[in-house]
Amino acid sequence: MANPASSKSLTLADVRDLLEAEVLNGNDLSIKVETIGAADLLSDVLATSKPGTLLLTGLVSAQVIRTAIITDLCGVVFVRGKRPTEDIISLARESNIPVLATKLRMFEAAGRLYKAISEIQ
Amino acid sequence: MNHEAFESLYRVLGRDFSNAGKVSTSIKDTLKRLGINPAVVRRVAIVSYEAEMNIVMYAYRGTVLLKVTQDEVTLQVEDEGPGIPDIELAMQEGFSTATPEMREMGFGAGMGLPNIKKNSDEFEIKSEVGRGTRLFIRIRQV
Repeated sequence: MANPASSKSLTLADVRDLLEAEVLNGNDLSIKVETIGAADLLSDVLATSKPGTLLLTGLVSAQVIRTAIITDLCGVVFVRGKRPTEDIISLARESNIPVLATKLRMFEAAGRLYKAISEIQ
Repeated sequence: MNHEAFESLYRVLGRDFSNAGKVSTSIKDTLKRLGINPAVVRRVAIVSYEAEMNIVMYAYRGTVLLKVTQDEVTLQVEDEGPGIPDIELAMQEGFSTATPEMREMGFGAGMGLPNIKKNSDEFEIKSEVGRGTRLFIRIRQV
C-alpha cells in the first residue's frame, strides 16, 4: 500500500530537476529528502544538522563528504558551479553519499527548494 | 543492548588533512556493526570527528581509545601538541585560534569543543601547555 506521506516529500530526483543539477554520485534518486540545510561551515553542520538532511554547500573538500557520513546526511548539493575533484567523488561513491552539482547560487537553490517544499506540504 | 565489549586504539597524525576523518568513519562503522542504537552512534561519531579534527588541525599526533560496554561508549583522546593555555576560554562558543587554511576547510569557528561537550553525557578536558591535551568522553547507551 502506498504511504500517503510519500507524496508529501521531495525526492533526490525532484531536487535534481528543480536545481537543474548534475548527478555526480547516486544510483537511487528515489531517496526522500526529509529536511534541507544550507551551510559553508562544517562546524555548523556538525553542531546543528538533523539526520537525513540534504546539505547545500559552496564548500568543496573531502571533509564535506566525511561530515555527511558522520552526521547521516541524505546527500550533498554543491552550488555556484563548484566541481568536486575526482577523489572527492570517489570517496562519496565508496561511502554511498549522493552528490549533485548545480550552477545556481546558494540563495536561488535554497529558494527553489523552499518553495517546492512549501507547496507540497 | 546485546553486544560484546569492544576496545580499539586509533592513531591520528597532525596536519594530515587528506586523511582527517578516517578514524571517525571507522569508529562509526564499528559501532554500527556492533548494533549500537543509531542515535548513540551518531553522537559518538560527531564527538570523535570533532576531536579528530582538533588533533589534525592543532597537534603533532594523537590517539583515540574507543571502549564499548553494554551500557556506555567512552572515548579517551590524547594528543601531543601545544596544549590549551585557557580552557575556559577555549570552551566558549566562537573562540578560536584557527588559521585561514582551517577555516577554508569549513572548520575553526570555535565550535568543536562546545559541540563535543553538548553531545557527551560526561566530558572532561585536561591540558598542559607545551605538552598536549586529553579528553575523556562518556556517552550512555541507555
